[in-house]
Amino acid sequence: MNAAAVFEPIPPRPAPFRTRGAVAWVRTNLFGNVPSAVTTVVLVAFFLYQAPDLLNWLAFKAVVETNYEACQAARGTGACWGVIAEKYRFIIFGRYPFGGQWRPLVATLLMVGLLLASCTRPLWSRWLILLWAAVLAAFFTLMHGGIFGLGIVRTELWGGLPLTIMLAALSIVFAFPLAVVVALGRRSQLPAIRTFCVLYVELIRGVPLISVLFMASFMFPLFMPAGFTVDVLLRVLVGITLFAAAYMAEIVRGGLQAIPKGQHEAAASLGLSYWRTQTKIVLPQALAMVVPGIMNNFIAIFKDTSLVTIVSLYELTGSMSLALNSDANWRPFKLEGYLFISAVYFAFCFAMSRYSLWIEKQLGRSRSRNR
Amino acid sequence: MSDSIIVFDKVNKWFGDDFHVLRDIDLEVARGERIVICGPSGSGKSTLIRCINRLEEHQAGHLFVDGVELTDDVKAIEKIRREVGMVFQQFNLFPHLTVLENLTLAPMWVGRIPKKEAEERAMQQLERVKIAEQAQKFPLQLSGGQQQRVAIARALCLTPKIMLFDEPTSALDPEMIKEVLDVITGLAEQGMTMLCVTHEMGFAKAVADRVIFMDVGQIVEQNKPAEFFNNPQSERTRDFLSKILGH
Amino acid sequence: MSTPLRHPPAKREWSWRSQAFRGLVYQIVALCLIALVAWFLAHNTLENMRTRGIQSGFGFLAEPAGFDIGETMFRYESIDPYWRAFAIGVANTLRVAIIGVILTTILGTLIGIGRFSRNALVRGLCYAYVETFRNIPVLLQLLMWYILFTEVLPPIADAIGLAPGVFVSKSGMSFPLPVWETGHATAFAGLVAGAFAAWWYSRWARAQFEQTGRIRSMVLAPIGIALASAAAGWLLGGAPAALEMPVKGEVIIEGGGMLTPEFIAVLLGLVAYTAAFVAEVVRSGIQAVPYGQNEAARAIGLARGHEMRLIVLPQALRVIIPPMTNQFLNLTKNSSLAVAIGYPDVVSISNTAINQTGRAVECIAIIMAVYLTTSLLTSLFMNWFNARAAIKER
Repeated sequence: MNAAAVFEPIPPRPAPFRTRGAVAWVRTNLFGNVPSAVTTVVLVAFFLYQAPDLLNWLAFKAVVETNYEACQAARGTGACWGVIAEKYRFIIFGRYPFGGQWRPLVATLLMVGLLLASCTRPLWSRWLILLWAAVLAAFFTLMHGGIFGLGIVRTELWGGLPLTIMLAALSIVFAFPLAVVVALGRRSQLPAIRTFCVLYVELIRGVPLISVLFMASFMFPLFMPAGFTVDVLLRVLVGITLFAAAYMAEIVRGGLQAIPKGQHEAAASLGLSYWRTQTKIVLPQALAMVVPGIMNNFIAIFKDTSLVTIVSLYELTGSMSLALNSDANWRPFKLEGYLFISAVYFAFCFAMSRYSLWIEKQLGRSRSRNR
Repeated sequence: MSDSIIVFDKVNKWFGDDFHVLRDIDLEVARGERIVICGPSGSGKSTLIRCINRLEEHQAGHLFVDGVELTDDVKAIEKIRREVGMVFQQFNLFPHLTVLENLTLAPMWVGRIPKKEAEERAMQQLERVKIAEQAQKFPLQLSGGQQQRVAIARALCLTPKIMLFDEPTSALDPEMIKEVLDVITGLAEQGMTMLCVTHEMGFAKAVADRVIFMDVGQIVEQNKPAEFFNNPQSERTRDFLSKILGH
Repeated sequence: MSTPLRHPPAKREWSWRSQAFRGLVYQIVALCLIALVAWFLAHNTLENMRTRGIQSGFGFLAEPAGFDIGETMFRYESIDPYWRAFAIGVANTLRVAIIGVILTTILGTLIGIGRFSRNALVRGLCYAYVETFRNIPVLLQLLMWYILFTEVLPPIADAIGLAPGVFVSKSGMSFPLPVWETGHATAFAGLVAGAFAAWWYSRWARAQFEQTGRIRSMVLAPIGIALASAAAGWLLGGAPAALEMPVKGEVIIEGGGMLTPEFIAVLLGLVAYTAAFVAEVVRSGIQAVPYGQNEAARAIGLARGHEMRLIVLPQALRVIIPPMTNQFLNLTKNSSLAVAIGYPDVVSISNTAINQTGRAVECIAIIMAVYLTTSLLTSLFMNWFNARAAIKER
C-alpha cells in the first residue's frame, strides 16, 4: 500500500437493491422464506374464504332499523344492530329515569373531562385538587339531585356507563392515598405497622375481587351499628377501593424501592425529618416513576367494575343484560348487545393503554442522557 | 493469493437503502500481523471487523478469510467462526453460567471435545489471562476488567487463528484498562493475528504492525505506527490525531 | 497510650426525643387503634347477628345441603352435608384451573413467540389477539362464550358432528370415552416406566457427551422412549381399542364423556383471556435478553438451536416464570366469575349456601381460605424458584 498517495474521498452511492419501499417490505415480511410464504398464502386464502360471510353479517346484511321482526328474519345472515338503536339509552344509562338522562350525560362528560385534564402534565398543580373537588361535587349533585330543583334519584337506579366511570375514577382516587400510606408502612422499621400492612396487602391480593365484593355487600351491613343503613353503592365503592389500594400499594412500593439509598442519606444529612423526606424527596420521584403502573391498575379496575353486576349494581354489563332480559322481543339478540359494549370497553381501555405507553416513553426520555 | 489471511476486495456495505457504511474497502491482512483501526465514531470501524465473522453481511465485493469466501453459505460461516475469536465492548459473558462454563461451552458443543479436556484447556487460558482463581464465580460477581479478561479467554479457548477486538477497553474504568491491554499485548507478542478497534494510541504505538485510520466508511490512511503518528499524510488524519493526542 | 476496652453505656432514655421510644409509642398507638376498630366491628357484627337471629359457627357444614349441583367430579346428592357440597365446588374450581393453566401456557407461549415471527401477517394477528382480549373485561368474555354455546349452537337434534363420536350442541360437547380395561392400566404403567427410562437415558447421554464430546439426541430421544414404552404396555395388555361412543338421540345423547356448556364456556373464556397476558409476559421475557448474548453465542460458533437452548432460553425463563405464575394465579381467581354463568365452582356453591343459611361470614371465610391457600402455595413456589434461579451478582 503506497502510504504517500493522496487521499481521495469516495462519494456515497445508493445500495444495489432496495430494502425499503413497498415491494421490498412485502418480499421480506410476507415471503421471506418458504414457511413464511406458505403461511401468507394459507392465511390470505382463509381470510378471503370467510370474509364475505363475516362482512355480510357485520355490515352489509345487518338490520339497522328498530324492527324486531326484520331482525328475526335476518337471523343467521345479518346482525341486528336495531337492538342497539332501540335500547341504547337503557344500556348506557341503566335504570336512571328516562326524562332526566341529560343529568348523567353531563356528569359523565364532566368526569371524563376531569380525567383527561389530570393526565396532561402542565395541569399538575394544587389547582388540580380543587378542580377534582369541584367536579366531584357537581357530579353527585347532578346524579343525586335534591337541590336546584332537580328531582332525587336514588343510588340503586344509577347505572350504565356513568356508573362504570364513576366507580373506577372514585376508587382509584381514594385508593391512592391509602396505597401510599400502606406502601410506606410496608417499608417501615416498626414491626407492628409493617406486619399489619403486609397482612392487608397479601390478604386482598390473594382473593378474587368477587369475594371482596361479597364481603362488602353481605358483611358491611353487619359491621355497622344497628339501625345504620349503608348505601349499596357506598359498600361496593369501599370494596373496590380496598381492592385497588392493595395492588396500588405494591406498585408504589416498587417505585419506593427504586429510589437509591443515597437520596435518603442526603436528606438525612440535611436534617430533614422522616415525613419531610418522604413528601419532598422520595415520593415525588417514586410516584413519577410508577405512573405507567398506576395507569395499568386503573385500566384493570375499569374492567373489574363489570363485576358489580354480580352484586346487583347495574353498570354497563349489567344494564345490558337487564335491558334485554326484560324484553322478550329483543332477548334473542344478546350477542349484538355484548358486541356493542365490548366495543365501548375496548375503545376506553385501548385508548388508556396507548396513553400509558406514551407516558412511559415521556418519562424514559426525561431520564435518559440523550434528549 | 499471497500469505494474506484476510482479504477485503472492494467490499461495500449499506445499512438500509441510504446509509453507505463501508465504501470500496480494499484491505489485506497477513498472517501474524497486528492491526489497530482507529477513527471517529460512525466511521465504520466496528462494522468492518464484524463483517469478518459475519455478524454483519456485506452487500457488494468479496471477503476472504483464510482462503474461504464469506457468503450466505452456512457451513462456510461456521468454519470461519471457529477460526475467528471476538471480544466485545460490552463483554457479553453469559451471566447464568460460571466463568468455567462460559469457557467450556463452545469447545464442548461446537468442538465436540470431552468435558475434561475442555476444562483443562479452559484453565490454561484462564491462567494465560491471569484469572484462574475466579473459575467458579459467576460473571456478574467480577469487576469489569476481570470480565473482559474472561471474555478474551473464552475467545481463545477455540484456538482461533485471528482475534478481533471491538473497543475492548471502552467500557472499563481507567484503572482496569491497563490489565486488559497487558493481556492483549501478551497475545500480540505470541504472534496472534489480530485486528483491534481502539482509541488507546499508546497501545497502538507499542504493539501494532500497521495502524489504519478510517473515516466515513473508507480507509483514509494506513501505515506503520512510527510513520502514522509522526508523519500523517492526509489532512483528515492530522486533524483526528491532533484531537485525540492533544489532551 | 491505649485506653482499656469499654462497652457502650446502656441507653435507657424514656424521653420523647429518643427515636426508639418514639417508634415504640407509634406502634402502641397503632395497635390500640386497630384493636379498637376490630372490637367495634366484632361487637356490631355479633349484635346484628343476634337481633336478626342469625346463628354463627361452622356447625352448619354437617347439615344436609338440600340443593343439587349440575356438575360433580365425585358422587353427590342433595342430602349430602354442606361440606361435601363445598368439596365439590373446590374440585370444580381446581378442574377448571389446572386444565386452564395447561392450555393457557401452550396458547400464550405460541402467541408470544408469534410476535417475533418473520411473517408480518402472523405478527399482526398475534398483536391483534393480545390487544383485543386484554382490553375487554373477562366477565364480558365469559358471558359471550356462554351465549355462543347456548344460542348460536344448534339443539341436540341437530348437533354438529366434528368427528366420529364427537358432537357439539347447545348441551355441550360429547366425545368417545375409552372403556377402561387392563390394557389401559398396563399402558399407563408403561408410560411411568418409560418416564424413568427416559430420565435415566438423558443422564447417560449427558455423561457420554461430557466424556467423549459426542452429542446424542437429548430432547427427542427421551420423549420417544417414554412414548414407545407406553405403546409397548398397551400392546402387552391386549391392545384394547374399545370406545364407548356417544349415540345421538332426539333429546339427549347417551354414552360417552360429556362436557357441559358452562364448563367449556368458563374454560375457553379464561384461557383466551389469560393467554393474551401470558403472551405479553413471554414476549417481554424474550426481549429482556440483550442482543449481545445472541451475538456472543454466534461469535463462538454455536448453531441456532444451541444458541436458543443454552443461552437465550435459560435467561428468558428466569424473567418469564415469576409473572407467568402470577397469571396462573389470576386465572384461578378469575374462575370465581363462573358464578355468573352457573358453573358450580366454590364461589357459586358458597353463594347458594349463603342464600339458604344466611351464614354470610362463614361462607365468605371459606371462599377466602381456599383462594388464600392457593395464593400462598404459589408464592412459596415463586420465592423458591427466584432464589434458586437468580443470576448471581456481587
